[in-house]
Formats: sequence, C-alpha cells, structure tokens
Amino acid sequence: MDRLQEAIAALHAVDARRSESRIDPAARLIVCMAFSLTTVSFGKYDFCGLMGMSLFLVITAIWENISVWKGLCRLRYILAAVALLGSANLFYDRNVIFYLGGLPVTGGLLSALTLCSKGIFTVLAAYFLLYLIGMPGICRALRRLGIPGGAVTVLLLTWRYLIVLLKEVRRMWQAYGMRAPGQRGVRMRAWGSFAGLLLLRSMDRAETVYQSMLLRGYDGEALREPAGRAASGRSILYVAAWLCVFIFLRWIPLFRLAGRLFLS
Amino acid sequence: MSVIKAEHLTFSYDGAEEVLSDVSFALEPEETVGLIGANGVGKSTLLKILVGLLPGYRGTVEVGGLTVDKKHIRQIRELAGYVFQDSDSQLFLSTVYEDVAFGPRNYGYAEAEVDRRVMDALRQVHMEGLRDRQIYRMSGGQKKLASIATILSMEPQIILLDEPSGALDPRNRKNLIRVIREMKGTKIIASHDLDMVWDTCERTLLLSGGRLIRDGRTKEILADEALLQTHGLELPLSLSHG
Ligand SMILES: Nc1ncnc2c1ncn2[C@@H]1O[C@H](COP(=O)(O)OP(=O)(O)OP(=O)(O)O)[C@@H](O)[C@H]1O
Ligand SMILES: [Mg+2]
Repeated sequence: MDRLQEAIAALHAVDARRSESRIDPAARLIVCMAFSLTTVSFGKYDFCGLMGMSLFLVITAIWENISVWKGLCRLRYILAAVALLGSANLFYDRNVIFYLGGLPVTGGLLSALTLCSKGIFTVLAAYFLLYLIGMPGICRALRRLGIPGGAVTVLLLTWRYLIVLLKEVRRMWQAYGMRAPGQRGVRMRAWGSFAGLLLLRSMDRAETVYQSMLLRGYDGEALREPAGRAASGRSILYVAAWLCVFIFLRWIPLFRLAGRLFLS
Repeated sequence: MSVIKAEHLTFSYDGAEEVLSDVSFALEPEETVGLIGANGVGKSTLLKILVGLLPGYRGTVEVGGLTVDKKHIRQIRELAGYVFQDSDSQLFLSTVYEDVAFGPRNYGYAEAEVDRRVMDALRQVHMEGLRDRQIYRMSGGQKKLASIATILSMEPQIILLDEPSGALDPRNRKNLIRVIREMKGTKIIASHDLDMVWDTCERTLLLSGGRLIRDGRTKEILADEALLQTHGLELPLSLSHG
C-alpha cells in the first residue's frame, strides 16, 4: 500500500505547511480567487488571450520555487478528467475558424483547448495556494475574510476526516492482507463488510480526534491568529499588483495582438 | 479545598447498563492518584467525565471548584488535560512540533511563547531531538510520549493520564515514571500497570463493577493480594517476587 502511504504523506505535508513568507494567507487567497475568476471569464475562442494568464503561474512557480512538474504529476488524475471534459467540445463545433499554416482549425478544437487550459490553470492555482499556505492557512484566510467560523470548521474537519479515513483504510488493508496472503485487493464478498466497518471505524476515530481538538482549546469557532497581526503593506502591494496584471491581461489583448501579427 | 470532587457519580453510555455507579472521592492539590481496575471497569469513562467529554452523568462532579457542565467547559479544559489511551486519537497533525503547539496556539499565545512551551514540554518527556519528526513515522512508545507532551505544553494544573505505560518498552517506561514524578500538579493515572502505580502514586482508587471498591494508600491496596484477585488484578511484580 505504498500509494496510500504516499497520499497520507502528501496530505500531511499540506497540513504542516505554514507560510513563512510575509504575505498574508488572506492576500494569497484573494489573488488566487481573482486569478481563477479572470481565467474562467475569458471567451471560449480566446485561447491566445488566456495564455497570458500563465504569467501568474510561471512567476509564482519561479518566485516560490515550486516544481510545476511535480504538481502536474500529483494532479494527473484531476487533469486527465479536465482534459476529457474539454475534448467533448471537439465534436460539437466543427466550423472552421481559420487556417494555421494550411491546417483547418475548427471552433471545437479552439474551444476545447481553451476549456482545458482554463481547467489546468485554475487547478494549478489552487494547488499552488495549498502548497504555499496549507489547509490551516486557507481556513485562517477564510476566517479573516469574514466567512463564518462554523463553515470554516466544517471545511477543516472534512479535511481531517479525509486523512483519518485514509489511515483507517491502510490499517484495515494491512490487517486484511495479513490474513489473505497472495491476494491482490479485497475479495468481492468481503467488500461490503470492509466498507461498512471502514465507515464506522473512521467516524469513530474522527470523533475522538475532534474530542482531542476540543480538549486542547479548539473552540469550534475561531481559528486563532497569532496575536496582533494587521494586513502588512507587502500583502496589500501583492494583491494590488496582481489585480492590475489580471485586469491588463483580460482587457488588453496583448497575446491576441501578437497572435494576429504572427498569423497575418 | 479539593481540586477534583465527585459525589454519587453515576453514568451509563446508552441508558442501559451503568458503567459507573455511585462513585464518590475527592483529590487534594498536588496529589498523584492511581486509578486501577480490570479492563472495562470504567477507568477511561471516569477520566472523560472529568474533562467534560461525557455530559449527562448523574451526581456532582467538580474540577477546580467548577461544576463540570457546558458553562465551565472551557475553563475546565484549560485547567485539566487528558491524555488519551490511544495516541492515534491524540495526535492528528503531521509533525511532533505542530501537534504539541496546537493547544497553546488555540489559546492565542504569541509564537515566541508557543515555541517556549513546546520546547519545555518536549524537554520534559526527553523528546527534544524528535521535534520535527513526522508522526506517522514514529513508534508506539514515541507517540505516547509525544501525546503526553501535547498536554504538558498547555501547562495544566491537573493531568489525567489514561494507560500511559501501554506500548512502552522497559527503558521508556522508566523514563515515563520519572516524567510523571517530575510533573507538577494534580495527577490521576488510570492503569492496570500496578508496578507503575506503585512507583508513582501515594494513593490509589480501585474500581470494580462500576463501583469504587477502595480508596486508600497505594502501599496497602497493592499489597493486598486477596483484594486484587477478587477484582481481576494481580500483585505488582516487584511485590510478588519478594
Ligand atoms: N462509546 C461507548 N459506548 C458504549 N459503551 C462504551 C463506550 N465506551 C466504553 N463503553 C463501555 O463502558 C465500559 C467501560 O469502558 P472504559 O473504556 O471506561 O473501560 P476502561 O476501564 O478504561 O478499560 P480498559 O482498561 O480496557 O481501558 C465498558 O464495558 C465498555 O464496553
Ligand atoms: Mg481505558
């Protein structure tokens, strides 16, 4: 069960991340959301314009030293699903829009490419955010932006439950494997009780984990900030600068102009 | 004034069978008390009631002069720390440091103070070297010591330890006994490791069939072979040899 171990480790890594940078998690959250909204708002044939948005991803990856390749590998299943959904467009829209060096480019191809890119960009942006500030950071940022504590707690607990669930799967899998040597996976007949027991056990454990959080002062409401932190000038600058860039990329068709130049 | 007081405490999980019936005792500040009894007599249940995890008991229970109920729950939990029998329930964050820092951070201390508390707690259980260790890569014994540290970092006045010596090898067990002796505050240690109780507790409470059978000096209760045997326990090894 190396895969499970790997998944648990990855979740824990995200859990442990505390941003050491001086940029507020809330600022990062705002920029990430603005990025996603701008990305999604591009027209369905505006592939060239959309490519401009990659600037944010490239700069963030370089600046924060994030390996995009590793990210893509980790996210391969999600990305594959995105690609699959996007490629449906290929079959709907067969009008030829223009010729690229003699090859016809249909509306379907263009919109499929645009849709896939939109998906990949937003998923990557979310991954970067998780990588940079971690789940607790996101929850803290949400609190700071005025989301009710109850809602944030539910999010945090769902996250914890996911980890608990995976650990429980591993434990039961090992126990099962021990007594069913030479067998790959769980046999059909055992699946029902395996799943039922898993649910009960993981819920039980999630409950005790929650109790342990309560006993250590988690009041189910506020996720406390280290005392006395105001929005730093750096964070404000970070948000303002990126918002300007997004607006510029969205409304001034830099890449499209370049594209025109190239095509004509 | 007693720090912990229970009077006519009765409890059942689902209204059917009484797990605890008519239990009364009181603890003075700085006392270390052993809570012994066979498997399933309600040791963990009693400790959980004291920290307000199991509401709906009958009788009176007071911790630090406060009645254990919804109104006082936050104050009581700041006063009293409970170390779970099963460390995997206690530890849920990724690294030792993060988990030990969870409590102090919840109480809103500044990062410097959090750091001091974490390092203090780790020093007390002799685990400074493992501060950045990932928890799922630790042995059962290490996890036990780490989960004790998660409570020590909150600097509680009352510490409730549930089966602390389970999963510990002889050396770590000795280490734990030293840790318990060095810990300040009022302590209740629920265990069927009678040797450890013998080494750490002045006073012992013996539970059986949901009732408090004996409350007295450890030296007397643990030396009473007939009493222990009727209630499913055996003499501590250190006594049975000599
Ligand atoms: N969540 C629960 N729901 C219903 N019954 C429970 C629950 N937890 C414990 N019990 C029952 O309550 C009784 C006391 O359990 P408790 O865990 O307090 O025993 P214990 O003295 O701590 O035992 P051990 O030495 O095995 O830890 C047992 O008979 C147990 O079956
Ligand atoms: Mg118990």
